Amino acid sequence: MATQIGRERLLAHFRTMARIRAFEETAERLYNEKRIPGFVHLSSGQEAIPAGVCANLAAEDRLTSTHRGHGHTIARGGDIQAMMLELFGRQGGSCGGKGGSMHIADMRIGMLGANGVVAAGLPIAVGAAHAAKLAGEPRVVACFFGDGAVNRGPFLESLNWAAVHRLPVLFVCEDNRWSATTPTRLTTAGPGIAARAEALGVPACAVDGNDVAAVDYLAGELVASVRAGGGPRLLLAATYRWSGHTSADAGAYRDPAEVARAKTDDPLRRAARALGGLGVAAEELAAIESDVAAELAHAVQLAERAPFPDPAALYTDVQDIGAPTARVPA
Amino acid sequence: MSRMSFVEATRQALAAEMRRDGRIFVLGEDLGRGGVFQQYRGLQAEFGPARVVDTPISESAIMGVAVGAAMCGARPVVEMRYLDFTLCAVDELVNQAAKLRYMLGGQARVPMVVRQPIGLWANCAAQHSQSLEAWWVHVPGLVVLCPGDPADAGPMLAAAIRADDPVVLLEYKELFPVEGEVGDPTLPAEIGRARLVRPGSDLTLVAWGGSVREAAGAAELLAARGISAEVIDLRSLWPWDSAAVLASVARTGHLLVAQEATEVAGFGAEIAALVAEETGARVARIGAPRTPIPFSPALEAAYRVDAARIAARAAAFLARHR
Ligand SMILES: Cc1ncc(C[n+]2csc(CCOP(=O)(O)OP(=O)(O)O)c2C)c(N)n1
Repeated sequence: MATQIGRERLLAHFRTMARIRAFEETAERLYNEKRIPGFVHLSSGQEAIPAGVCANLAAEDRLTSTHRGHGHTIARGGDIQAMMLELFGRQGGSCGGKGGSMHIADMRIGMLGANGVVAAGLPIAVGAAHAAKLAGEPRVVACFFGDGAVNRGPFLESLNWAAVHRLPVLFVCEDNRWSATTPTRLTTAGPGIAARAEALGVPACAVDGNDVAAVDYLAGELVASVRAGGGPRLLLAATYRWSGHTSADAGAYRDPAEVARAKTDDPLRRAARALGGLGVAAEELAAIESDVAAELAHAVQLAERAPFPDPAALYTDVQDIGAPTARVPA
Repeated sequence: MSRMSFVEATRQALAAEMRRDGRIFVLGEDLGRGGVFQQYRGLQAEFGPARVVDTPISESAIMGVAVGAAMCGARPVVEMRYLDFTLCAVDELVNQAAKLRYMLGGQARVPMVVRQPIGLWANCAAQHSQSLEAWWVHVPGLVVLCPGDPADAGPMLAAAIRADDPVVLLEYKELFPVEGEVGDPTLPAEIGRARLVRPGSDLTLVAWGGSVREAAGAAELLAARGISAEVIDLRSLWPWDSAAVLASVARTGHLLVAQEATEVAGFGAEIAALVAEETGARVARIGAPRTPIPFSPALEAAYRVDAARIAARAAAFLARHR
């Protein structure tokens, strides 16, 4: 790991990534054991990006996420217990059981939401930044999206808008090379995502997205420029999606050799090796991983025993004026 | 007749149409791997990537490209993956495809099919489960089809492809794996004809898509209570078979329309209104509450319009008006 990073900071990244990995592996197992409803989109292998980016956000900053959003919420300091309850569709879940994995949000930490619609988070992030600018609040917005999202119109419209208004947005493209079951390169023309951003007036930097120290360093530089009023920036982080598109997808359309090769470039193991070089004992890392495993096991245990929402909750939080009520059959 | 799943019937119908007419091409995301519900399995191998196009995630472009191609002699079949993502392409569908023929004084036609997997499925929550058929029925220029049985799946797709109008084809996700007795799935259906699912004398139950099974289940429950319900599968929402519905209600005197969609301003309201206007018969509707679709199974159970709810509504309705 070429980038200079302090031992404590890297240890913190390791813990964040371990929590994301454990959450994803737990979610996958729960899905396979048919203990949670719906589907989950897993981000195993991509943990370094949210860890490195979110470490550079301040308390007042905000973020938007995607369908593959667990890592963003966890790296931002989201409540793992509430997330687990949401996966189970129970009371106390991040969204009271109404949203599920694909809609987890936590406004207390400025997490404006995962999203079921590809590229939908981009204009929302720009709107959050626009509001901050209007209010004169010094907030930065981190906007996560996948490589597949750059072929939707909102990508162009959002980057252009953010540049026109010099808004404080850090766009973070997590390039895991796949758009569901299609390699993104087969559906994407031109000189690449960074060049597209530059053409829209948004300076872009590329980074090895599996190197948490490098992501942290570059994100730090970019967030600083954004915060200083320099307008939006884009961070293009190269990584790989280890699992299928959803938990229901075995990913059989991929060359197993490609997946195996990608898995040798494990962001967690890379951080562990670098920590070893900084004199951290293997036992210390193992202790972190077992802490995290215990945290997840506890979260699952509580979530599975938690009550389902009261059916009356179906009707709450729809709207104030003209709120729906159960129709009495007649 | 053979036993076949809904989705297999659509695959056979599409392949037969593509063999027959070289102008037909399909465009949508991930079609080379078969599509989300395996509607396109094997088709890229047979017809090649130029006729089964793996598109970027670009819904406006998918729909808009189909409009342009259709105006110029191609016969595009658009796959929207989930009905919900059509909302990323509404301008192209509503402002362009639906109106071009009219606005251009009849100079051009837009013969395209827009396949939209619709409805509740696997707790996919508020952005992947909607039933918005009423939106499309409301738009002049669009034909709207919604098969409710494996036997109709292929023929309605074939008919949609052969139509010279833009056709929205709504396919209930929960029906894709359902098997049934299927005739020749490649034989185009007659658009605009309802299907009698079950005869009855006390009440006419009208449904479409995924609600047909629920309505049939409700009729079963009602029979056990001595109520004879006639069940009609509308199949085609625009044009819809008002003659069949009016004839049935003329005999039963009571109409209940059951839909999975939000009850308020749903297509059921249109049917009920027309029947009331034409016959003076008693009419009622049942649909989902006007809430977004919840994730938790506990809340979805409170949301879903199932056979038991339809039966309860029917019994209460008859008790009040008989
Ligand atoms: C507008 C829209 N179109 C299609 C989909 C279906 N879909 C969900 S995720 C996905 C692939 C997204 O790829 P990418 O943006 O690279 O993110 P990744 O899944 O790789 O994290 C697709 C096509 C969707 N959710 N929204």
